[in-house]
Amino acid sequence: MSKSFKPSPETPAVVTANDLRLGHCVWMTEDGWTDDPRQAALFEDEARADLALIEAEAQGHVVVGPYVAQVRLGPDGPEPTHFREEFRRRGPSNYFHGKQAGSAAANDNAAAISKAEASHV
Amino acid sequence: MFDVRPSNIDYYRHRAAQFRAQVERRLDGSLTEEEFRPLRLMNGVYLQLHAYMLRIAIPYGTISPDQMRTLALLAQKWDKGYGHFTTRQNIQFNWPRLVDIPDMLDVLADAELHAIQTSGNTIRNVTTDAFAGAAADEIADPRPYAELLRMWSTDHGEFQFLPRKFKIAISAGEKDRAVIAAHDIGLRIVRNEAGEMGFQVWIGGGLGRTPLLGKVVRDFLPEEDLLPYVEAILMTYNLAGRRDNKYKARIKITVAERGLDVMRDEIEAEFTRRRAVFKGVDQRVLADLKRRYAAPDFRDAPVGDYDAQRAANPGFRAWTDTNLSAHRVQGYASATVTLKAPGVTPGDCTDAQMRLIADLAERYGHSDIRIAHDQNIVLPHVHKSDLHALYRELLAAGLATANAGRISDIIACPGMDYCTLATARSIPIAQEIADHFRARGLEDEIGQFNIRISGCINACGHHHLGHVGILGLDRAGVENYQITLGGDGYDIPAIGERAGAGFPAEEVVPAIDRLVDAYLELRETPEERFIDAYRRLGTGPFKAALYPETAHA
Repeated sequence: MSKSFKPSPETPAVVTANDLRLGHCVWMTEDGWTDDPRQAALFEDEARADLALIEAEAQGHVVVGPYVAQVRLGPDGPEPTHFREEFRRRGPSNYFHGKQAGSAAANDNAAAISKAEASHV
Repeated sequence: MFDVRPSNIDYYRHRAAQFRAQVERRLDGSLTEEEFRPLRLMNGVYLQLHAYMLRIAIPYGTISPDQMRTLALLAQKWDKGYGHFTTRQNIQFNWPRLVDIPDMLDVLADAELHAIQTSGNTIRNVTTDAFAGAAADEIADPRPYAELLRMWSTDHGEFQFLPRKFKIAISAGEKDRAVIAAHDIGLRIVRNEAGEMGFQVWIGGGLGRTPLLGKVVRDFLPEEDLLPYVEAILMTYNLAGRRDNKYKARIKITVAERGLDVMRDEIEAEFTRRRAVFKGVDQRVLADLKRRYAAPDFRDAPVGDYDAQRAANPGFRAWTDTNLSAHRVQGYASATVTLKAPGVTPGDCTDAQMRLIADLAERYGHSDIRIAHDQNIVLPHVHKSDLHALYRELLAAGLATANAGRISDIIACPGMDYCTLATARSIPIAQEIADHFRARGLEDEIGQFNIRISGCINACGHHHLGHVGILGLDRAGVENYQITLGGDGYDIPAIGERAGAGFPAEEVVPAIDRLVDAYLELRETPEERFIDAYRRLGTGPFKAALYPETAHA
């Protein structure tokens, strides 16, 4: 997705990508990447967003395909303005999979826990 | 040149090991994404909205029970318990982790399955009729030729970097069930006046943003000239196809821009040169393949209580009415297992269902399974005395939906629920339409009705070929759906015509509902299908049903 707007205080933006190893959606924070889009760093200035994107692109060993996405500021943090970003944040509509079922990291932990539990039985 | 590999498995293992090393180099930073992307695509690995996606080839839709169990294992161990069968007879897994894909490819290689050339600008999976070798109207089983083409095209050094992807389909029935006219090369097995078998060769068909039906470039190609002629087409396209513009790079544009006659002259000239290089290895391989695809030992037995069960059990009767196809051997039928049960995503199949189908194919179907391009599964050879037992087991697993060819047997691409290219969702629209007509109890009344949905202009859902096609678009940040009418992917290949302005998501079902009501009102007999009525009456009354306000204005 290419940027078709200018990040500004009225049209703020986040930087988002997919995790290289696992493939799930991630958002850039002040000091890394998060599974939770509400924790994403907000950019209200085009130059700062561009700089963040350059920084993200330099992290090709961590993420794939970073881009700048428009958001609006909701009560809990950034929220998507386009339905495509809403699906990325939530997951598919035909199964309760993806982010709506918990973060990828949480899923991995849950899997590890259930394996551990299974080995105790 | 034609290269016969001693063992497919060795080659697939080699390719899996190669990909494992590439993934390691990507993870340790030796390869950038730009360098890695073409490598992963060569192995069928895409990055979608929520995760990576692995597309595995099911060559010409033929799969053995053990291979099906391997897919079930992948679904269970590395995905979320299901796989998605596509309109190109492939399967896609929507949730693998990049770090697991080398292990998945190893397991696939052991089962002689792979993901090679399921992406990239190469010759893709060769597709054919799901009823090949079983259909009553068939001249010959097309699969030996499909396999010959697969062996020849896999890792063919000359055709790894074509201007664009390249799709070949082959069919042998009197009725074309492989949509020959919508492929880069379409091959119809025919007989000439002397009774010899050969191919009618079509080129330049394709859907996508510029839908075009192919044209016949050679009326009759002798059987033994298949590979040199196909190679000559590929070579001509490889040189003449445009590389300056991705949207004008398919052979359909090359043919449209340069003209069929120019293409034919170049192909024929190259064919003469290429034919001289083929020394008969291909024909020896073909002879082996014909033996490999010999018909199973069909049973000559009475049909048992088939008719009595049909009379006694309305559910079974309904299923046999819709989901069976005529078999060339008396006492047999081909059974379609639709992956279109209520609430199910078109083409999705769980690991348990895959294992059951593998078991049932062994028990009742001569161990033969096909993936059909309409996202269903076919057991091509079932003796009628076994049909009731098969039906009961399918029923218990939610796989006996009696809707093959009905309005709820919808073809749909994954759309924006998964795909990065999509501009809107397809799956919920398919589910809503199917639910709506089930709730109205109209499925049997409507009869054959083919709806196809794509979530973007690339047309993976083949919407242009649906009697009713639906194309999902993004209109100013809102999902919007265009409707096309009069397409046909079965009897008389036809590209549907756009009916008018698009509909917001919530207005698609009411629009299709008005269309169906108009059809039921207008048809002359219950046997006259929607597409027949459309051909008789033209677009007028159906557009009026879709856009009542415009019609009254």
